[in-house]
Amino acid sequence: MSSSGAPAAIVVDGLAKRFTLGERGRHRTLRDALTLGVRRGLGLASPAKVETLWALEDVSFEVPRGAVLGVIGRNGAGKSTLLKVLSRITAPTRGRVELVGRVGSMLEVGTGFHPELTGRENIFLNGAVLGMKRVEIAAKFDEIVDFAEVAAFLDTPVKRYSSGMYVRLAFSVAAHLEPEILLVDEVLAVGDAAFQKKCLGRMGTAAGEGRTVLFVSHNMAAVQELTTTGLWLEGGRIAGQGPTGEVVQRYLSSFQDSAGTVRDVADAPRPFPQLSRAIELQRVELAGVETPLLAADRELALCLTVRCREAVPELRFGVTVARIDGVAVGTLFSPAQAGLRPGDQARFRVALAEPRLAPGTYTCAVSVGTGDGQTRRREFDVVRDAMQFQVLAGREDDADGVAGEWHASWGVVRFPDPAIERLA
Amino acid sequence: MVVSRTAPASQARTVLVPARSWAALDLGELWRHRELLLFLAWRDVKVRYKQTVLGGLWAVLQPALMMVVFTIIFGRYAGIDSEGAPYEVFSYAGLLPWVYFQGATTHGANSLVANARLITKTYFPRLYLPMASTMAAVLDYAIALLLLAVLMAVFGVVPDAELACLPLLLPLALLAAAGAGALLGALNVEYRDLRYVTPFLMQLWMFATPVIWPATGVPEGRRWLLGLNPMGGIVDAHRAAVLPGKSIDWSLLGLSAATSLLLLAVGLLYFRRVERSFADVI
Repeated sequence: MSSSGAPAAIVVDGLAKRFTLGERGRHRTLRDALTLGVRRGLGLASPAKVETLWALEDVSFEVPRGAVLGVIGRNGAGKSTLLKVLSRITAPTRGRVELVGRVGSMLEVGTGFHPELTGRENIFLNGAVLGMKRVEIAAKFDEIVDFAEVAAFLDTPVKRYSSGMYVRLAFSVAAHLEPEILLVDEVLAVGDAAFQKKCLGRMGTAAGEGRTVLFVSHNMAAVQELTTTGLWLEGGRIAGQGPTGEVVQRYLSSFQDSAGTVRDVADAPRPFPQLSRAIELQRVELAGVETPLLAADRELALCLTVRCREAVPELRFGVTVARIDGVAVGTLFSPAQAGLRPGDQARFRVALAEPRLAPGTYTCAVSVGTGDGQTRRREFDVVRDAMQFQVLAGREDDADGVAGEWHASWGVVRFPDPAIERLA
Repeated sequence: MVVSRTAPASQARTVLVPARSWAALDLGELWRHRELLLFLAWRDVKVRYKQTVLGGLWAVLQPALMMVVFTIIFGRYAGIDSEGAPYEVFSYAGLLPWVYFQGATTHGANSLVANARLITKTYFPRLYLPMASTMAAVLDYAIALLLLAVLMAVFGVVPDAELACLPLLLPLALLAAAGAGALLGALNVEYRDLRYVTPFLMQLWMFATPVIWPATGVPEGRRWLLGLNPMGGIVDAHRAAVLPGKSIDWSLLGLSAATSLLLLAVGLLYFRRVERSFADVI
């Protein structure tokens, strides 16, 4: 990849990372460890069978100084693990990594923020956590505050901040970190649109100043906008690398194969592990079709199976439909349901009669919670990428789907037929 | 994780390779991040004092209440020998270093699990989490020391020249607490039920330390056994520095200082051995 001739800032050679899974791998309680020890001593225990997972295997690449590399791939492909190894959060199992220059990483917005501390105090604390010196933070303090637009609330504990203010302040601190190598994980998925744009601009500047950036994201639009080269990971291995546009195209076309209308999501990774999961999503089905292909005029119906772990007053499903490149199209909230007791399993059918989506590939995030877009939404459980489907150009009665046509430049939503009357 | 860097900063070179099992302490790395240690300690203090209604008063209240209870039970009813001093001053002078050690160790033991997000999302020397806890507890000790002065004035206890040795003892207790905190903190990451064992362990440890009873209660020939407990000699010396009729048992203190260092070495070694996998198991 180092075609530009610039000296390498990141050299990754034969990198592998193994995780130990399951109860037998690690005794998480002293009691288990002691029992196992005694059983081994008495010769009762069979040799421990350790389940392992290679999150990264034989990954080698180079990033020249000043390049911006986008890392893409599905959930569980090893993107985050790669970032964590490069950030020194976790040690590699095999292989070697060499980083030339000061490294800064942003794996999460607001790491180290403490709700009881004021905005001012958190700027210093978070800056220190990110690796800035006190004098550096002090020198950039005003800039950070201006960028975050929170000057009036500097001496208020951040627990009183709105979520928007909180995110702006946290991002602002991180954005003023000026390392030579910047490792960024999807942090742009937060904040309002205007602020996101500002952040993208800031990252663009970083690249312009000769900084080396490694950017991990599901948002293909952002990846294409920000990065010059792409690295596609699949199952812990490199599936492709090269100019971003090409790699993204190949990655997107690989989705055509992963057809299926039923997904068991009980054990799927959760984007927000801290949620209560009082109601837990178990299974997502695309109802009424055998393949994940929807005719243009067909309803979008999902059958959602949930398990109740704790009684809740009401539950509403939320379904966010996004284009496969990560741009969200819209969200629906179901009417409230009630009456689940702990231990119950229930299956609901949520149907949108006229989704009016343009032809293309879409992915849904499914959530269960209370409240909706008008009231305050609180989630019990969220699963991203819970179902993928394709919307065809043609209508249901048009078997070949050849009659319909929709230009990408017309957008993502097919508006209903408008009213028209001749006025003159 | 083995890391080597060469200055200057703009050409800093970081090499990451699989970890060896017993890696030496990387002092250079600790020094580079030294400001973070102070920030973490400052955060611990600030947050604790903001979250409790009583704030700084709590630092005094805890040992003071223990002193009152012990005076009633052990001083009055059990009639435990207090080496010629009022039992109030005797027990409070012993409680001070103990309460520091107990608080620092307990906070240190929980510090890693409590900061799991920091560990899984950023890099910094992990050792600073338990160390910040031991540093933050120093403030509580300093505040509680004020009440000792008040007690001594009230009970008319006039210290002798050995009082000058008092500032020497906290650093020793700090080393012991850093060792115990690092060891228990690292074990806590792996074995989550240790959290329930720690308070019980600290309670037993207190009774095995001359906090409510005098070290002179142990026959002279076997008194060195107290020195195997890092806090044994420290608590005894802390009391001797305050009470005029009692002099510091230097050999006992010396032995405890040695076991404190041993505890620190064991704690640091074990911590270094397991810290590379913290982010994977926490």
